Amino acid sequence: MILSFFENTIEAVRTINQRYKTPHMKTTPLVRFCLGLLRVYLLLLVGILVFKFIQELH
Amino acid sequence: MNFLSRLYYKYKKVLKTLRLYFLIAGPGIIVMVADNDAGGITTYTVTGAQFGFYLIWFLILLGPVAYYVQEMTVRLGAVTKRGHAEAIFHAFGSFWGWFSLLDLVLVDWLTMITEFVGMTAAMSIFGVPTWITVIAAWLLMGTMVLQGRYWTWEKAALVFCVLNLIYVPAAFLINPPIDKILHGSFIPQLPPGGFTNALFFLLMANIGTTIAPWMIFFQQSAVVDKGMQEKDMLFGKLDTAFGSFLTVLVAAFCVILTATLLPGQDINDAATAAIKFMGINKYLGACLAIGLFDAGFLGAICISLASSWAFGEVFGWAHSLNYKIKEAPWFYAYYFFDLLLAGTVVLIPRAPLVLITLFVQVIAVTLLPAALVFLILLLNDEETMGRYKNTLIQNVANIGITGMIIVVSTLYGISALFPNILK
Repeated sequence: MILSFFENTIEAVRTINQRYKTPHMKTTPLVRFCLGLLRVYLLLLVGILVFKFIQELH
Repeated sequence: MNFLSRLYYKYKKVLKTLRLYFLIAGPGIIVMVADNDAGGITTYTVTGAQFGFYLIWFLILLGPVAYYVQEMTVRLGAVTKRGHAEAIFHAFGSFWGWFSLLDLVLVDWLTMITEFVGMTAAMSIFGVPTWITVIAAWLLMGTMVLQGRYWTWEKAALVFCVLNLIYVPAAFLINPPIDKILHGSFIPQLPPGGFTNALFFLLMANIGTTIAPWMIFFQQSAVVDKGMQEKDMLFGKLDTAFGSFLTVLVAAFCVILTATLLPGQDINDAATAAIKFMGINKYLGACLAIGLFDAGFLGAICISLASSWAFGEVFGWAHSLNYKIKEAPWFYAYYFFDLLLAGTVVLIPRAPLVLITLFVQVIAVTLLPAALVFLILLLNDEETMGRYKNTLIQNVANIGITGMIIVVSTLYGISALFPNILK
């Protein structure tokens, strides 16, 4: 039962990925710039979190 | 006769408009009042105790900030008929979709734990053991959705919203200094001592509590679940505006209470303030404790629903409060699973609740900027929004607000991780 639950979930995730494979928003330079900035921002935050984690370990 | 008939016609028209407003009102008021959740009430009580009446003007300014952000969700929900999670998947693809959904689930779950902490702390003031509070909250939350009607859930939630206003009559029990309140409300000023690190931290906390990621997801999904149409948008906006007025009202009265009775005292949370109030006036202490429980309860039901709606939209489950449990089993299973999981953590002896509170602030910082940026990009997409896309004035206001929120919430998250950074 647990195995089938996970199988169904993985299948559902695959279907969702397939359904939303292509973004429907027109990728204007502004949209590309905003999403790029967001990626940099999130990477920076992850970096800070990792730094804090390492600092806590020491 | 002509005059009388015209007067009667106008009276009927106003009555019809009011009736329509009351039919459509709900999501905006609920999300805004639930914004004053357990964490919010704690922030306001600490603000009042530390800085007296000096920052009420700042809280008033936060009303329009909340309105401008939440108003966008009304338009987006009414036009696209999609919740925010589904809208992100559809517009930006699965990478950003999964990032938003999974981040939302984590933030919501952690925030819900803090709501349960608030509820149990409030009821412990009346001597109610933690486990009884948690079970009673579960039962109450379950009962609210069992009817299988959005309308019933919404009206029950609105009753809890009214209870959240308990701080207003409570303030009249203590005869607060009206002149100081008016001065603090309408004349922008800094507290004596000027711009200190402690003041900066509290200002950030107040901004952080004004807009939370779950609010964006909740209101958009609620607008869709309620079946709001484009023609109802004006009432939806009015609903949001009235809600933002209520959220400021409650915040200001919380500040007034602690500023009057506990000025300069070292208060760390709302439960401590309620206990101190009990020593001064037991009715007042009871009011604050009831308000804190209510705040946590409202926060928990809205946050859990925000996650359930988001999952339902993306996974294609039946995901409406208008369905009975057997018609939307996964939607309700997730709703209850979320509540059970959050409540259980509070029951675990020596659970790291302080650490969880810290994590809420940090993880929320990773989701909020993304959710706001997606919101603005979607609201500017002519294909999606048509004639309801952002106007120039709306863009100026929304981009300004979003920029400010991103900077402040990031600083708040970083200062939560590195407390000495502001000292």
